[in-house]
Amino acid sequence: MTQEDLTITDPKMTAKGVNVFYGEKQAINDVSIDVGTDLVTAFIGPSGCGKSTFLRSLNRMNDTVAGAKVTGRIELDGEDIYAPSMDVVQLRARVGMVFQKPNPFPKSIYDNVAYGPRIHGLAPNKSDLDGIVEKALTRAGLWDEVKDRLGESGTALSGGQQQRLCIARAIAVDPEVVLMDEPCSALDPIATAKIEELIHELRGKFAIVIVTHNMQQAARVSQRTAFFHLGTLVEYGKTTDIFTNPKQERTKDYITGRYG
Amino acid sequence: MSKMTSPTDWKGGAMQARIAKRYAAERRFRLFGLGAVLLSGLFLAFLLFTMVGNGLRGFTYTNVAVPVDFKAMPLTVDASRLGDADADQVIANAGLADIVAFAADEALGDGGSAMISENAWKEVRSAIKDDPELLQGKTVFHLPTSSEVDIAAKEGAKGVLGAKVDALTRDGKLSTGIHSPFFKNADATDPAVAGIWGALKGSVLTILIAFLIAFPTGVLAALYLEEYAPKNRWTDLIEVSINNLAAVPSIIFGLLALAVFINWFGICQASALVGGLTLALMTMPVIVIASRNAIKSVPPSIRDAALGVGASPVQVVFHHVLPLALPGILTGTIIGMARALGETAPLLLIGMRAFIGDVPSGVCSPATVLPMQIFLWSDEVDRGFVEKTSAAIIVLLIVLLSMNALAIYLRNKFEKRW
Amino acid sequence: MTFNAAALLLLIAGLALIGWIAGRARSNLLAGRAQAKLHSRPQYHGWYVALWLFAPAALFLALWSAVSPGLITNEVLTSEAAKSLPAFGFERGAILSDARNVAQGSQEAVRIPAAAPLVKPYSQATHRYAWIGIAAMLALALAGGLYAFTRIKPDFRARSRVEKIVMLLLLLASLVAILTTFGIVLSLLFESIRFFRLVSPTELLFGTEWAPTSGAPQPDTFGGIPLFWGTILIGAIIAMIVAIPIGMMSAVYLTQYANPRVRKWVKPCLEILAGVPTVVYGYFAALTVAPALREFAVAIGIPNASTESALAAGIVMGVMIIPFVSSMADDSINAVPQAMRDGSLALGATPNETIRQVLIPAALPGVMGGILLAVSRAIGETMIVVMAAGLSANMTANPFASVTTVTAQIVKLLTGDQEFDSAKTLAAFALGLVLFVVTLLLNIVALRIVKKYREAYE
Repeated sequence: MTQEDLTITDPKMTAKGVNVFYGEKQAINDVSIDVGTDLVTAFIGPSGCGKSTFLRSLNRMNDTVAGAKVTGRIELDGEDIYAPSMDVVQLRARVGMVFQKPNPFPKSIYDNVAYGPRIHGLAPNKSDLDGIVEKALTRAGLWDEVKDRLGESGTALSGGQQQRLCIARAIAVDPEVVLMDEPCSALDPIATAKIEELIHELRGKFAIVIVTHNMQQAARVSQRTAFFHLGTLVEYGKTTDIFTNPKQERTKDYITGRYG
Repeated sequence: MSKMTSPTDWKGGAMQARIAKRYAAERRFRLFGLGAVLLSGLFLAFLLFTMVGNGLRGFTYTNVAVPVDFKAMPLTVDASRLGDADADQVIANAGLADIVAFAADEALGDGGSAMISENAWKEVRSAIKDDPELLQGKTVFHLPTSSEVDIAAKEGAKGVLGAKVDALTRDGKLSTGIHSPFFKNADATDPAVAGIWGALKGSVLTILIAFLIAFPTGVLAALYLEEYAPKNRWTDLIEVSINNLAAVPSIIFGLLALAVFINWFGICQASALVGGLTLALMTMPVIVIASRNAIKSVPPSIRDAALGVGASPVQVVFHHVLPLALPGILTGTIIGMARALGETAPLLLIGMRAFIGDVPSGVCSPATVLPMQIFLWSDEVDRGFVEKTSAAIIVLLIVLLSMNALAIYLRNKFEKRW
Repeated sequence: MTFNAAALLLLIAGLALIGWIAGRARSNLLAGRAQAKLHSRPQYHGWYVALWLFAPAALFLALWSAVSPGLITNEVLTSEAAKSLPAFGFERGAILSDARNVAQGSQEAVRIPAAAPLVKPYSQATHRYAWIGIAAMLALALAGGLYAFTRIKPDFRARSRVEKIVMLLLLLASLVAILTTFGIVLSLLFESIRFFRLVSPTELLFGTEWAPTSGAPQPDTFGGIPLFWGTILIGAIIAMIVAIPIGMMSAVYLTQYANPRVRKWVKPCLEILAGVPTVVYGYFAALTVAPALREFAVAIGIPNASTESALAAGIVMGVMIIPFVSSMADDSINAVPQAMRDGSLALGATPNETIRQVLIPAALPGVMGGILLAVSRAIGETMIVVMAAGLSANMTANPFASVTTVTAQIVKLLTGDQEFDSAKTLAAFALGLVLFVVTLLLNIVALRIVKKYREAYE
């Protein structure tokens, strides 16, 4: 599928001819796409169309699934992430992920956020670590709510707060790309609104890719949108274009709700 | 477009060194895990290897060729009485033992009669009863040697005995054969004739009784708890009791049996009956837990469908749920029975520790079980019992392994995944 | 003639079969005559009659079997010959059983001369009670059968009745578990109380000298501390040092690193380790491990090294418990949601960092519960310590020396010719009570921890 003129001059990540197989079954079929730095890119499409699968191949999380195979080329800053010389541990620090259901560790709020920086050795001493934690929590919009109870368990927070904690955790290691896999689908509307606000604020700081089955959300938060269907990339373009003037028939049908 | 003030330098030397260390730690950790698994396997292999190595010899026995010339040393016995019921006594009274001892002395030299087992003459007796013609001529009998000679032949001995054994081996007079008394006889003080048949029969009787008591009780209790029991304090109490009983040390059941079954009820001591009762109490909780899991895994839709066509609650359970849960129940029961088969501690306390020289004739006669026989023989001073103990262990392990294999086969073949 | 319970059981079973056929036939007959439809299928009517015939009689049979030996003995004691019996004790019991065995045919002749005159009263009493029993049982069977038979009518709800009886049966089966627990507790308590009348509880629990030797010039002492120490040294310390690291790391490897084929082969191996009977482990410990350890100890100059050592028993016990720890750790680690593992890996953690810093702390309650259960299993173990650790009550920290445990002493106190009332045999029950209480507490705590932990992740 060809790309439109998207004015992405300096893509952070590029994918060329990517196929993903789970055993015998092919989940992703020849997808090529660029992810822009400092942009929010949305992946939309009906359930089971492969958007989450493709997202997970961007940070090699598919490696943890037995029987998963990825072919094609995916690059981060020009480097092939599936090359043997690419260190998976580093890759995942540079390309962070937030999951559909909030999954804070059963540790304190502080330790949740500090986990990443600790294992990567990003903070030489305690005060640096405190600074990183505070900064990440502030960026995630959670600092004011938890600054007096950093020692409490992360699982004691509400659903929306837990998800923001997970976002703080992901950005604490200073990633370059943040992947979000339907981050709001388990949350109530108020929490969802807060997260969308957060995405707006974080937009300039890293490339964000968000998978969502909520078209309105995609329209609200993203600048670029990719429409997936049955494992192929049907259309990719500026969000406004996709939603007001889609070029493919299938895209139009999906946008107007003829199938879901 | 500002990121953190100093972006993380992933390519720098310090970071690379740190990552290298982390991967090294990863390799070490993984190796520890593999090492632990291998160590467990090694323990198992070592155990089995030692037992089999020691025990295989217990299945064979050294025999020595002794010619007995009945024409020279006739046995004064009436040939027509050899078919009678008391033929054994008649032949013994006629002094067959002495004849055989004499023949041994002649064939093997001085002290030859000490080199054959003291019960060797009984083999000659059986041969005579089978074929009375033997009394007319000279026959070479392959008689079991005494325990010392057997050990000397198998392991090599020094000294006078060793020299004699070597001489016999050179002359080709020694042979080894499968030691059938091991399988046919009950326990005895002479390792040459001690066997496991008494213990095997005792085990079979005991396990049978345990099964007959524990299986129905366990399955019925599981059915009740899963299908009918209301959620109240009494049911909780039953559940807690069962879970605790499954974890009580087995020797406590022995104490219970001693206090209640033997002293209060007066049930025959050291018998398969009281042993079976004790093991039944011990195995029932295991069967209940396994059955409950099997019953739980039958999906509710089956029950709903049965109720929908008008079956009563009892019919739903017995006609629909139970048949579907049966493979799981049987698997759990076989595993529970296998555990009971290997138990020794509770049976020690009910008197099965005594020496029992006869095969048990019924559920109330004194009996022993195979693991207990192993325990008793392990205490024996006579060296001939060392290989017997290991041989008995091999038999026990084979039986248990077969039972477990059967259970796993049943589980794999019949368990449906809903 | 002995009161052959099995034969009688078969007899009433046979009668019940007849009742079943009769009941079914009658229900069909009545339905035919009245031209009415039966409420329940004919076989249920049959079962109704059969159950009423069988159950009361079988119950009576069970009760009678339990009670009649006592009744017979009582009657014999009122006879003339019984007056010359010694008043109490072992001898009296032996004479009575000798006479009983001869009277009931399991023995050819009396072994104790004093028993000879008692044989006739025994045999008379046995016969009399046997006939009474059989008559009563048959009467009950007939009464029950007739009662049921007369109630058969076309509209009789036989199936509901039968099903109610079935439910009662199920309930009774469940009560067996409670009955057993009560039986254990009561019998242990009962005998322990008799023991504590002779020896004070503080001596048993806190005394440091264990010397119940019979007939020695010094009085018997029943201080349990050396036993408790031995039990802890072998079961809770040495065995756990072996089992916990190996068990946990095996579980970690199998759940996180091993590919499915390896798992398929290793798990059965661990199950085999768990299925080896303890007597085999004990023999292995005594035959191979203990002598090897002793030579090793002598070679490096440790004093008091014996061929029955705590270390030998402890190591082998640890090996026996490895599969236990491994399987509980396996279950606990698997219960941690996959999302937690994904979350850690997505941050760039290596698998071992994920395991050590996220998975194991998350699985910790389950693992702790498993370890407590393993300790409970280890301290209740008998055969390995009896065969490999010895019987000398030693308060030593030297693992190469010989120590004894609570379970080994229970066995020692009860095997051998003791009277049932002596302090020694009762001491075994008191020790059993202590063991039961301790393992019960461990199990309750462990199961509660595991349950709470599972609920957190459900």
